[in-house]
Amino acid sequence: MARRKPGRREQLLKLALYPLDWLEERSGLVGGVKYFLFRKVPGDISWGHTLGSAALTAFIVQAVTGVILAFYYKPDPNSAYESIRHITDDLTLGWLVRGMHKWGASVFIILLFLHMGRVFLYGAYKYPRELNWIVGVLILVLGMMEGFFGYLLPWDETAYWATVVGVNLQATGPFVGPFLGDILRGGSEIGPDTLARFYSLHMLVLPGAIAGLIGLHLYLVVRLGVTSPPWSPTAAGRPQPGPPPPARKGLVAPGARGARKR
Amino acid sequence: MDPHRGDESANHPAPTIWPVGFAVGIACIFVGLILGTAVLVVGAVVTAIFGFLWVRDVTSGLRAAPTPAEPAAPPIPAHLPEAGEDEVIRYPRSKFLEAVTLGLGGVIGGVVTVPVLGFTVLPPFIKQGHPDIDVGALDDFPENKFVITTFLLDPKQGEVSRRTAYIRNNGLLDGKPSFTILSNRCVHLGCPVQVNGLPLENQKKTETRNGLEVDRIPTAAAAGFGCPCHGGQYDQEGNRIAGPPVRALDRYDFMIDNGRLLLRKTYSVAKVDGEGADARIHKYPLAGPGQHIDGPEAWLYPLQPPR
Repeated sequence: MARRKPGRREQLLKLALYPLDWLEERSGLVGGVKYFLFRKVPGDISWGHTLGSAALTAFIVQAVTGVILAFYYKPDPNSAYESIRHITDDLTLGWLVRGMHKWGASVFIILLFLHMGRVFLYGAYKYPRELNWIVGVLILVLGMMEGFFGYLLPWDETAYWATVVGVNLQATGPFVGPFLGDILRGGSEIGPDTLARFYSLHMLVLPGAIAGLIGLHLYLVVRLGVTSPPWSPTAAGRPQPGPPPPARKGLVAPGARGARKR
Repeated sequence: MDPHRGDESANHPAPTIWPVGFAVGIACIFVGLILGTAVLVVGAVVTAIFGFLWVRDVTSGLRAAPTPAEPAAPPIPAHLPEAGEDEVIRYPRSKFLEAVTLGLGGVIGGVVTVPVLGFTVLPPFIKQGHPDIDVGALDDFPENKFVITTFLLDPKQGEVSRRTAYIRNNGLLDGKPSFTILSNRCVHLGCPVQVNGLPLENQKKTETRNGLEVDRIPTAAAAGFGCPCHGGQYDQEGNRIAGPPVRALDRYDFMIDNGRLLLRKTYSVAKVDGEGADARIHKYPLAGPGQHIDGPEAWLYPLQPPR
Protein backbone atom coordinates (compact mmCIF):
# COMPACT_ATOMS: atom_id res chain seq x y z
CA MET A 1 0.00 0.00 0.00
CA ALA A 2 1.51 3.29 -1.02
CA ARG A 3 2.00 5.77 1.78
CA ARG A 4 -0.21 8.82 1.62
CA LYS A 5 1.60 12.01 0.85
CA PRO A 6 1.81 13.98 4.10
CA GLY A 7 -0.87 16.65 4.16
CA ARG A 8 -0.26 20.34 4.53
CA ARG A 9 -1.31 20.18 8.16
CA GLU A 10 1.29 17.59 9.09
CA GLN A 11 3.94 19.51 7.21
CA LEU A 12 3.15 22.66 9.16
CA LEU A 13 3.18 20.76 12.43
CA LYS A 14 6.55 19.28 11.61
CA LEU A 15 7.87 22.71 10.73
CA ALA A 16 6.61 24.15 13.98
CA LEU A 17 8.09 21.35 16.04
CA TYR A 18 11.44 21.43 14.25
CA PRO A 19 13.10 23.94 16.64
CA LEU A 20 11.88 21.94 19.64
CA ASP A 21 13.21 18.73 18.12
CA TRP A 22 16.51 20.47 17.40
CA LEU A 23 16.73 21.59 21.04
CA GLU A 24 15.67 18.22 22.43
CA GLU A 25 18.22 16.32 20.37
CA ARG A 26 21.06 18.50 21.60
CA SER A 27 20.05 19.11 25.22
CA GLY A 28 17.20 16.87 26.31
CA LEU A 29 15.64 19.99 27.80
CA VAL A 30 12.19 19.45 26.25
CA GLY A 31 11.95 16.00 27.76
CA GLY A 32 13.19 17.39 31.07
CA VAL A 33 10.54 20.08 31.17
CA LYS A 34 7.86 17.56 30.20
CA TYR A 35 9.09 15.24 32.97
CA PHE A 36 8.87 18.10 35.44
CA LEU A 37 5.46 19.41 34.39
CA PHE A 38 3.57 16.19 33.59
CA ARG A 39 4.34 14.16 36.70
CA LYS A 40 1.83 11.73 38.13
CA VAL A 41 0.18 12.95 41.32
CA PRO A 42 -2.35 11.30 43.63
CA GLY A 43 -5.91 11.43 42.35
CA ASP A 44 -7.31 13.03 45.49
CA ILE A 45 -5.14 16.11 45.80
CA SER A 46 -6.89 19.43 46.27
CA TRP A 47 -6.46 23.20 45.97
CA GLY A 48 -4.36 23.01 49.13
CA HIS A 49 -1.61 21.43 47.08
CA THR A 50 -1.36 24.56 44.90
CA LEU A 51 -0.09 26.78 47.73
CA GLY A 52 3.55 25.93 47.01
CA SER A 53 3.19 26.97 43.37
CA ALA A 54 1.40 30.11 44.56
CA ALA A 55 4.31 30.96 46.86
CA LEU A 56 6.73 30.36 43.97
CA THR A 57 4.68 32.70 41.79
CA ALA A 58 4.76 35.35 44.53
CA PHE A 59 8.55 34.99 44.72
CA ILE A 60 8.89 35.44 40.96
CA VAL A 61 6.69 38.56 41.12
CA GLN A 62 8.93 39.93 43.90
CA ALA A 63 12.08 39.17 41.91
CA VAL A 64 10.83 40.79 38.69
CA THR A 65 9.31 43.90 40.30
CA GLY A 66 12.40 44.22 42.51
CA VAL A 67 14.74 44.24 39.53
CA ILE A 68 12.62 46.91 37.84
CA LEU A 69 12.52 49.05 41.01
CA ALA A 70 16.32 48.78 41.17
CA PHE A 71 16.44 50.69 37.84
CA TYR A 72 15.39 53.80 39.79
CA TYR A 73 16.23 53.28 43.47
CA LYS A 74 19.36 54.95 44.91
CA PRO A 75 20.72 53.36 48.11
CA ASP A 76 22.19 56.52 49.62
CA PRO A 77 20.90 58.38 52.69
CA ASN A 78 20.68 61.67 50.81
CA SER A 79 18.69 60.33 47.84
CA ALA A 80 16.96 57.09 48.87
CA TYR A 81 13.74 58.69 50.12
CA GLU A 82 13.58 61.06 47.17
CA SER A 83 14.16 58.22 44.67
CA ILE A 84 11.27 56.24 46.16
CA ARG A 85 9.07 59.34 46.02
CA HIS A 86 10.12 59.72 42.36
CA ILE A 87 9.14 56.10 41.63
CA THR A 88 5.77 56.47 43.35
CA ASP A 89 4.73 59.94 42.20
CA ASP A 90 6.50 60.76 38.94
CA LEU A 91 7.19 57.62 36.93
CA THR A 92 4.45 56.08 34.81
CA LEU A 93 2.93 53.10 36.67
CA GLY A 94 5.71 53.33 39.24
CA TRP A 95 3.10 53.39 42.01
CA LEU A 96 1.77 50.08 40.71
CA VAL A 97 5.11 48.25 40.51
CA ARG A 98 6.21 49.55 43.90
CA GLY A 99 2.82 48.61 45.34
CA MET A 100 3.13 45.11 43.88
CA HIS A 101 6.55 44.75 45.51
CA LYS A 102 5.45 46.17 48.86
CA TRP A 103 2.20 44.24 49.22
CA GLY A 104 3.55 41.22 47.38
CA ALA A 105 6.11 40.87 50.16
CA SER A 106 3.32 40.21 52.64
CA VAL A 107 1.56 37.92 50.17
CA PHE A 108 4.75 35.88 49.80
CA ILE A 109 5.14 35.40 53.55
CA ILE A 110 1.44 34.61 54.04
CA LEU A 111 1.56 32.01 51.27
CA LEU A 112 4.68 30.46 52.80
CA PHE A 113 2.86 30.04 56.10
CA LEU A 114 -0.30 28.63 54.44
CA HIS A 115 1.83 26.19 52.44
CA MET A 116 3.67 25.22 55.61
CA GLY A 117 0.36 24.73 57.41
CA ARG A 118 -0.95 22.49 54.63
CA VAL A 119 2.20 20.37 54.68
CA PHE A 120 2.05 20.12 58.47
CA LEU A 121 -1.64 19.22 58.71
CA TYR A 122 -1.38 16.64 55.91
CA GLY A 123 1.66 15.08 57.58
CA ALA A 124 3.55 15.61 54.33
CA TYR A 125 6.75 16.43 56.22
CA LYS A 126 7.17 12.82 57.37
CA TYR A 127 9.63 10.25 56.10
CA PRO A 128 11.05 10.47 53.50
CA ARG A 129 10.30 14.19 53.08
CA GLU A 130 11.93 15.55 56.26
CA LEU A 131 14.78 17.17 54.31
CA ASN A 132 12.31 19.06 52.14
CA TRP A 133 10.65 20.44 55.29
CA ILE A 134 14.05 21.64 56.50
CA VAL A 135 14.76 23.31 53.15
CA GLY A 136 11.34 24.93 53.31
CA VAL A 137 12.01 26.31 56.79
CA LEU A 138 15.28 27.81 55.51
CA ILE A 139 13.34 29.48 52.69
CA LEU A 140 10.91 30.88 55.27
CA VAL A 141 13.75 32.26 57.41
CA LEU A 142 15.45 33.84 54.41
CA GLY A 143 12.10 35.25 53.29
CA MET A 144 11.62 36.94 56.66
CA MET A 145 15.17 38.32 56.43
CA GLU A 146 14.21 39.76 53.03
CA GLY A 147 11.42 41.57 54.83
CA PHE A 148 13.73 42.89 57.54
CA PHE A 149 16.40 44.16 55.14
CA GLY A 150 13.90 45.51 52.63
CA TYR A 151 12.05 47.51 55.29
CA LEU A 152 14.93 49.99 55.67
CA LEU A 153 15.13 50.89 51.98
CA PRO A 154 12.35 53.57 51.85
CA TRP A 155 14.54 55.45 54.40
CA ASP A 156 11.69 57.22 56.15
CA GLU A 157 11.24 57.57 59.91
CA THR A 158 9.37 54.25 60.24
CA ALA A 159 12.02 52.40 58.26
CA TYR A 160 14.91 54.01 60.15
CA TRP A 161 13.64 53.47 63.69
CA ALA A 162 12.28 50.00 62.96
CA THR A 163 15.76 49.07 61.77
CA VAL A 164 17.41 50.69 64.80
CA VAL A 165 15.21 48.59 67.08
CA GLY A 166 15.55 45.45 64.97
CA VAL A 167 19.34 45.59 64.81
CA ASN A 168 19.63 46.37 68.54
CA LEU A 169 17.35 43.42 69.21
CA GLN A 170 19.81 41.19 67.33
CA ALA A 171 22.64 42.78 69.30
CA THR A 172 21.15 41.66 72.61
CA GLY A 173 21.82 38.04 71.65
CA PRO A 174 24.22 36.44 74.11
CA PHE A 175 28.00 36.37 73.43
CA VAL A 176 27.98 37.10 69.68
CA GLY A 177 25.10 39.60 69.76
CA PRO A 178 27.19 42.80 70.04
CA PHE A 179 29.35 41.69 67.10
CA LEU A 180 26.34 40.68 65.03
CA GLY A 181 24.87 44.13 65.59
CA ASP A 182 28.02 45.84 64.34
CA ILE A 183 28.17 43.59 61.27
CA LEU A 184 24.53 44.34 60.44
CA ARG A 185 25.08 48.10 60.83
CA GLY A 186 28.47 48.09 59.16
CA GLY A 187 29.82 49.86 62.24
CA SER A 188 28.84 51.02 65.68
CA GLU A 189 26.29 53.52 64.33
CA ILE A 190 23.68 53.36 61.58
CA GLY A 191 24.91 55.32 58.59
CA PRO A 192 25.35 55.28 54.81
CA ASP A 193 27.10 51.90 54.95
CA THR A 194 24.08 50.37 56.67
CA LEU A 195 21.72 51.33 53.88
CA ALA A 196 24.09 50.09 51.17
CA ARG A 197 24.68 46.74 52.80
CA PHE A 198 20.99 46.22 53.53
CA TYR A 199 20.32 46.94 49.84
CA SER A 200 22.98 44.45 48.72
CA LEU A 201 21.69 41.75 51.05
CA HIS A 202 18.10 42.44 50.07
CA MET A 203 18.57 42.34 46.30
CA LEU A 204 21.59 40.08 45.71
CA VAL A 205 22.52 37.74 48.55
CA LEU A 206 19.14 36.67 49.90
CA PRO A 207 17.22 36.34 46.61
CA GLY A 208 20.09 34.27 45.21
CA ALA A 209 20.06 32.01 48.23
CA ILE A 210 16.27 31.67 48.14
CA ALA A 211 16.32 30.85 44.42
CA GLY A 212 18.92 28.14 45.02
CA LEU A 213 16.91 26.65 47.88
CA ILE A 214 13.74 26.74 45.77
CA GLY A 215 15.60 24.72 43.15
CA LEU A 216 16.57 22.15 45.77
CA HIS A 217 13.01 22.17 47.15
CA LEU A 218 11.54 21.44 43.71
CA TYR A 219 14.13 18.76 43.00
CA LEU A 220 13.05 16.96 46.17
CA VAL A 221 9.35 17.40 45.29
CA VAL A 222 9.95 15.82 41.89
CA ARG A 223 12.09 13.04 43.30
CA LEU A 224 9.83 12.12 46.22
CA GLY A 225 6.46 12.94 44.70
CA VAL A 226 3.33 14.49 46.20
CA THR A 227 1.64 12.97 49.24
CA SER A 228 -2.00 11.94 49.37
CA PRO A 229 -4.13 13.60 52.05
CA PRO A 230 -4.19 11.63 55.31
CA TRP A 231 -7.86 10.66 54.77
CA SER A 232 -7.15 9.26 51.34
CA PRO A 233 -7.94 5.54 50.94
CA THR A 234 -4.55 5.26 49.28
CA ALA A 235 -2.60 7.19 51.92
CA ALA A 236 0.70 5.78 53.04
CA GLY A 237 0.52 3.27 55.89
CA ARG A 238 -3.11 2.30 55.19
CA PRO A 239 -3.86 -1.34 54.41
CA GLN A 240 -4.18 -1.62 50.65
CA PRO A 241 -6.48 -4.04 48.86
CA GLY A 242 -4.74 -6.46 46.58
CA PRO A 243 -1.15 -7.51 46.58
CA PRO A 244 1.18 -5.18 48.43
CA PRO A 245 3.04 -2.83 46.15
CA PRO A 246 6.63 -3.76 45.49
CA ALA A 247 9.09 -2.20 47.86
CA ARG A 248 10.62 1.14 46.83
CA LYS A 249 7.79 1.83 44.46
CA GLY A 250 6.54 4.61 46.70
CA LEU A 251 9.87 6.34 46.46
CA VAL A 252 10.77 5.92 42.84
CA ALA A 253 7.36 6.25 41.23
CA PRO A 254 5.25 8.11 43.78
CA GLY A 255 2.38 8.40 41.37
CA ALA A 256 1.76 4.69 41.61
CA ARG A 257 0.95 4.92 45.31
CA GLY A 258 -1.78 7.48 45.01
CA ALA A 259 -3.30 6.33 41.71
CA ARG A 260 -7.03 5.79 41.86
CA LYS A 261 -7.12 2.33 40.31
CA ARG A 262 -5.47 -0.26 42.49
CA MET B 1 23.96 -1.00 49.47
CA ASP B 2 20.49 -0.08 48.39
CA PRO B 3 20.58 3.72 48.18
CA HIS B 4 16.87 4.08 48.85
CA ARG B 5 16.54 1.84 51.91
CA GLY B 6 12.92 1.65 51.04
CA ASP B 7 11.37 -0.63 53.63
CA GLU B 8 7.81 0.53 54.13
CA SER B 9 8.01 0.86 57.90
CA ALA B 10 8.17 4.42 59.21
CA ASN B 11 11.31 5.52 60.97
CA HIS B 12 10.11 6.84 64.33
CA PRO B 13 12.21 7.25 67.47
CA ALA B 14 10.69 5.80 70.61
CA PRO B 15 8.82 8.34 72.78
CA THR B 16 10.95 9.67 75.62
CA ILE B 17 10.48 12.04 78.54
CA TRP B 18 14.08 13.25 78.80
CA PRO B 19 13.83 16.22 76.34
CA VAL B 20 11.04 17.67 78.49
CA GLY B 21 13.23 17.66 81.58
CA PHE B 22 16.10 19.04 79.49
CA ALA B 23 13.90 21.95 78.33
CA VAL B 24 12.75 22.60 81.90
CA GLY B 25 16.42 22.74 82.94
CA ILE B 26 17.25 25.26 80.20
CA ALA B 27 14.27 27.40 81.24
CA CYS B 28 15.47 27.17 84.84
CA ILE B 29 18.90 28.45 83.76
CA PHE B 30 17.33 31.51 82.13
CA VAL B 31 15.16 32.19 85.16
CA GLY B 32 18.28 31.77 87.29
CA LEU B 33 20.08 34.44 85.25
CA ILE B 34 17.48 36.88 86.53
CA LEU B 35 16.67 35.57 90.01
CA GLY B 36 20.01 34.43 91.26
CA THR B 37 22.85 31.98 91.21
CA ALA B 38 21.15 29.21 93.23
CA VAL B 39 18.34 28.75 90.70
CA LEU B 40 20.91 28.88 87.94
CA VAL B 41 22.94 26.07 89.47
CA VAL B 42 19.81 23.93 89.94
CA GLY B 43 18.90 24.54 86.30
CA ALA B 44 22.38 23.61 85.13
CA VAL B 45 22.30 20.38 87.13
CA VAL B 46 18.83 19.45 85.81
CA THR B 47 19.93 20.23 82.26
CA ALA B 48 23.09 18.17 82.59
CA ILE B 49 21.30 15.15 84.09
CA PHE B 50 18.43 15.09 81.64
CA GLY B 51 20.73 15.90 78.73
CA PHE B 52 22.91 12.94 79.66
CA LEU B 53 19.91 10.63 79.99
CA TRP B 54 18.53 11.86 76.70
CA VAL B 55 21.78 11.31 74.85
CA ARG B 56 22.08 7.87 76.47
CA ASP B 57 18.54 7.05 75.38
CA VAL B 58 19.06 8.22 71.81
CA THR B 59 22.35 6.42 71.39
CA SER B 60 21.21 3.21 73.12
CA GLY B 61 20.32 1.67 69.74
CA LEU B 62 23.75 2.47 68.40
CA ARG B 63 25.60 1.18 71.46
CA ALA B 64 23.51 -1.99 71.69
CA ALA B 65 24.02 -2.86 68.03
CA PRO B 66 26.54 -5.62 67.69
CA THR B 67 29.77 -4.21 66.46
CA PRO B 68 30.46 -5.74 63.12
CA ALA B 69 33.28 -8.20 63.21
CA GLU B 70 36.54 -6.89 61.97
CA PRO B 71 36.62 -7.58 58.28
CA ALA B 72 38.93 -10.43 57.57
CA ALA B 73 42.20 -9.49 56.05
CA PRO B 74 41.78 -9.25 52.30
CA PRO B 75 42.75 -12.41 50.57
CA ILE B 76 46.14 -12.27 49.12
CA PRO B 77 45.75 -11.86 45.40
CA ALA B 78 47.10 -14.66 43.36
CA HIS B 79 49.18 -12.28 41.35
CA LEU B 80 51.24 -9.94 43.47
CA PRO B 81 52.47 -6.97 41.49
CA GLU B 82 56.20 -6.88 41.54
CA ALA B 83 57.99 -3.62 42.26
CA GLY B 84 58.69 -1.85 39.00
CA GLU B 85 55.57 -3.09 37.28
CA ASP B 86 53.31 -0.50 35.66
CA GLU B 87 50.42 -0.77 38.14
CA VAL B 88 52.62 0.03 41.09
CA ILE B 89 53.93 3.18 39.43
CA ARG B 90 50.63 4.34 37.98
CA TYR B 91 48.68 4.11 41.22
CA PRO B 92 50.71 6.64 43.24
CA ARG B 93 50.87 9.01 40.29
CA SER B 94 47.10 9.29 40.03
CA LYS B 95 46.95 9.79 43.78
CA PHE B 96 49.65 12.44 43.49
CA LEU B 97 47.76 14.26 40.74
CA GLU B 98 44.59 14.14 42.79
CA ALA B 99 46.35 15.56 45.83
CA VAL B 100 48.04 18.26 43.77
CA THR B 101 44.77 19.28 42.14
CA LEU B 102 42.96 19.47 45.45
CA GLY B 103 45.90 21.13 47.20
CA LEU B 104 46.49 23.78 44.54
CA GLY B 105 42.76 24.38 44.29
CA GLY B 106 42.63 24.83 48.04
CA VAL B 107 45.57 27.25 48.05
CA ILE B 108 44.12 29.33 45.20
CA GLY B 109 40.72 29.30 46.85
CA GLY B 110 42.24 30.40 50.15
CA VAL B 111 44.31 33.19 48.57
CA VAL B 112 41.17 34.52 46.92
CA THR B 113 38.80 33.97 49.83
CA VAL B 114 40.68 35.13 52.90
CA PRO B 115 41.10 38.82 51.92
CA VAL B 116 37.51 38.99 50.68
CA LEU B 117 36.29 37.44 53.91
CA GLY B 118 38.38 39.95 55.86
CA PHE B 119 36.88 42.81 53.90
CA THR B 120 33.42 41.40 54.55
CA VAL B 121 33.80 41.10 58.30
CA LEU B 122 36.45 43.52 59.58
CA PRO B 123 35.50 47.10 58.49
CA PRO B 124 32.56 47.37 60.93
CA PHE B 125 35.00 46.85 63.82
CA ILE B 126 37.84 49.15 62.76
CA LYS B 127 38.11 52.94 63.09
CA GLN B 128 34.81 53.28 64.92
CA GLY B 129 33.96 56.06 67.35
CA HIS B 130 33.91 59.78 66.67
CA PRO B 131 36.17 62.81 67.06
CA ASP B 132 35.65 65.27 69.93
CA ILE B 133 32.59 67.41 69.26
CA ASP B 134 32.43 71.11 70.12
CA VAL B 135 28.88 71.81 71.35
CA GLY B 136 29.28 75.41 72.53
CA ALA B 137 30.72 77.77 75.10
CA LEU B 138 30.23 77.10 78.81
CA ASP B 139 27.94 80.16 79.03
CA ASP B 140 25.52 78.54 76.57
CA PHE B 141 24.51 76.03 79.24
CA PRO B 142 22.52 77.59 82.11
CA GLU B 143 23.02 75.95 85.48
CA ASN B 144 20.77 73.05 86.51
CA LYS B 145 18.74 73.08 83.30
CA PHE B 146 18.93 70.46 80.57
CA VAL B 147 19.74 71.78 77.12
CA ILE B 148 18.69 69.62 74.15
CA THR B 149 21.81 69.67 72.02
CA THR B 150 22.00 68.15 68.54
CA PHE B 151 25.22 67.77 66.56
CA LEU B 152 26.83 65.69 63.83
CA LEU B 153 28.91 62.70 64.92
CA ASP B 154 30.63 62.49 61.54
CA PRO B 155 30.34 65.58 59.30
CA LYS B 156 31.35 63.51 56.26
CA GLN B 157 28.24 61.36 56.63
CA GLY B 158 25.95 64.37 56.86
CA GLU B 159 22.55 64.50 58.55
CA VAL B 160 22.35 60.73 59.00
CA SER B 161 24.90 61.05 61.78
CA ARG B 162 22.97 63.72 63.71
CA ARG B 163 22.72 62.78 67.40
CA THR B 164 21.18 64.34 70.47
CA ALA B 165 22.56 64.80 73.98
CA TYR B 166 20.88 66.30 77.05
CA ILE B 167 23.45 68.56 78.67
CA ARG B 168 23.09 70.00 82.18
CA ASN B 169 25.55 72.38 83.74
CA ASN B 170 25.93 71.30 87.38
CA GLY B 171 27.92 74.36 88.41
CA LEU B 172 31.31 73.99 90.02
CA LEU B 173 32.70 70.91 91.73
CA ASP B 174 35.93 71.62 93.64
CA GLY B 175 36.32 74.76 91.52
CA LYS B 176 35.98 72.87 88.22
CA PRO B 177 32.93 72.92 85.96
CA SER B 178 30.72 69.82 86.18
CA PHE B 179 28.37 68.62 83.45
CA THR B 180 25.83 65.82 83.14
CA ILE B 181 25.73 64.80 79.47
CA LEU B 182 23.17 62.08 78.70
CA SER B 183 22.94 60.29 75.37
CA ASN B 184 19.36 60.23 74.09
CA ARG B 185 19.76 56.64 72.85
CA CYS B 186 17.33 54.56 74.91
CA VAL B 187 19.13 51.64 76.54
CA HIS B 188 16.20 49.37 75.84
CA LEU B 189 16.48 49.12 72.04
CA GLY B 190 17.91 52.43 70.88
CA CYS B 191 14.93 54.69 70.20
CA PRO B 192 15.33 58.45 70.83
CA VAL B 193 14.52 59.30 74.45
CA GLN B 194 12.54 62.57 74.89
CA VAL B 195 12.54 65.16 77.65
CA ASN B 196 9.53 64.87 79.96
CA GLY B 197 9.10 68.60 80.02
CA LEU B 198 8.68 71.64 77.83
CA PRO B 199 11.36 72.36 75.24
CA LEU B 200 11.62 76.13 74.85
CA GLU B 201 11.67 76.10 71.04
CA ASN B 202 11.56 79.89 70.84
CA GLN B 203 14.93 80.07 72.62
CA LYS B 204 16.54 77.66 70.13
CA LYS B 205 20.06 78.68 69.15
CA THR B 206 21.87 77.42 66.07
CA GLU B 207 25.62 77.80 65.97
CA THR B 208 27.84 76.87 63.04
CA ARG B 209 31.55 76.51 63.66
CA ASN B 210 33.96 75.04 61.11
CA GLY B 211 30.97 74.01 59.01
CA LEU B 212 29.46 72.02 61.86
CA GLU B 213 25.94 72.96 62.86
CA VAL B 214 25.00 72.59 66.54
CA ASP B 215 21.44 73.24 67.74
CA ARG B 216 20.69 74.05 71.39
CA ILE B 217 17.16 74.15 72.83
CA PRO B 218 16.84 74.92 76.56
CA THR B 219 14.09 73.18 78.51
CA ALA B 220 11.81 74.33 81.29
CA ALA B 221 12.34 72.06 84.30
CA ALA B 222 12.57 68.53 82.87
CA ALA B 223 11.01 65.79 84.99
CA GLY B 224 13.23 63.05 83.64
CA PHE B 225 13.08 61.38 80.25
CA GLY B 226 10.73 58.98 78.44
CA CYS B 227 11.04 56.80 75.38
CA PRO B 228 8.21 56.87 72.80
CA CYS B 229 8.78 53.35 71.48
CA HIS B 230 8.16 51.02 74.41
CA GLY B 231 7.59 53.38 77.33
CA GLY B 232 10.92 53.28 79.17
CA GLN B 233 11.18 56.06 81.80
CA TYR B 234 14.28 57.64 83.32
CA ASP B 235 14.84 60.19 86.07
CA GLN B 236 16.92 63.38 85.89
CA GLU B 237 20.16 61.44 86.32
CA GLY B 238 19.22 58.91 83.64
CA ASN B 239 18.40 56.16 86.14
CA ARG B 240 15.73 53.78 84.91
CA ILE B 241 12.52 54.22 86.89
CA ALA B 242 10.03 52.26 84.75
CA GLY B 243 9.67 50.16 81.64
CA PRO B 244 11.94 47.75 79.82
CA PRO B 245 15.39 49.45 79.87
CA VAL B 246 18.10 47.37 81.54
CA ARG B 247 20.32 50.14 82.97
CA ALA B 248 20.72 53.93 83.18
CA LEU B 249 21.18 56.18 80.14
CA ASP B 250 24.61 56.28 78.49
CA ARG B 251 26.74 59.38 79.06
CA TYR B 252 29.39 61.34 77.18
CA ASP B 253 32.79 62.08 78.66
CA PHE B 254 33.60 65.78 78.28
CA MET B 255 36.51 68.16 78.36
CA ILE B 256 36.77 71.92 78.39
CA ASP B 257 39.08 73.58 75.94
CA ASN B 258 39.39 77.41 75.85
CA GLY B 259 36.04 77.81 77.52
CA ARG B 260 34.27 75.46 75.09
CA LEU B 261 32.58 72.21 75.96
CA LEU B 262 33.80 69.18 73.95
CA LEU B 263 32.01 65.81 73.92
CA ARG B 264 34.34 62.85 73.99
CA LYS B 265 33.73 59.08 74.15
CA THR B 266 30.41 57.60 75.19
CA TYR B 267 30.26 55.21 78.13
CA SER B 268 27.58 53.09 79.74
CA VAL B 269 26.18 53.56 83.23
CA ALA B 270 24.69 50.86 85.46
CA LYS B 271 23.15 53.39 87.86
CA VAL B 272 23.77 56.77 89.41
CA ASP B 273 23.75 57.44 93.17
CA GLY B 274 23.15 61.02 94.23
CA GLU B 275 22.45 64.00 92.04
CA GLY B 276 24.11 66.67 89.98
CA ALA B 277 27.75 67.45 90.65
CA ASP B 278 27.92 65.03 93.62
CA ALA B 279 26.51 62.09 91.72
CA ARG B 280 28.41 58.81 91.94
CA ILE B 281 28.31 57.18 88.51
CA HIS B 282 28.72 53.40 88.14
CA LYS B 283 30.66 53.61 84.91
CA TYR B 284 31.26 50.78 82.38
CA PRO B 285 32.60 50.58 78.81
CA LEU B 286 30.02 51.39 76.16
CA ALA B 287 27.57 48.55 75.52
CA GLY B 288 24.71 48.33 73.06
CA PRO B 289 21.09 48.98 74.04
CA GLY B 290 19.43 46.12 75.88
CA GLN B 291 22.74 44.64 77.04
CA HIS B 292 23.25 44.24 80.76
CA ILE B 293 26.54 45.59 82.12
CA ASP B 294 26.32 44.44 85.75
CA GLY B 295 24.86 41.47 87.61
CA PRO B 296 24.84 37.89 86.35
CA GLU B 297 23.09 38.88 83.09
CA ALA B 298 26.29 40.73 82.14
CA TRP B 299 27.94 37.31 81.76
CA LEU B 300 25.97 37.02 78.52
CA TYR B 301 28.09 39.83 77.04
CA PRO B 302 31.68 39.04 78.00
CA LEU B 303 33.15 40.72 74.92
CA GLN B 304 32.30 44.01 73.27
CA PRO B 305 33.50 45.07 69.82
CA PRO B 306 36.19 47.78 69.95
CA ARG B 307 34.84 51.32 69.90
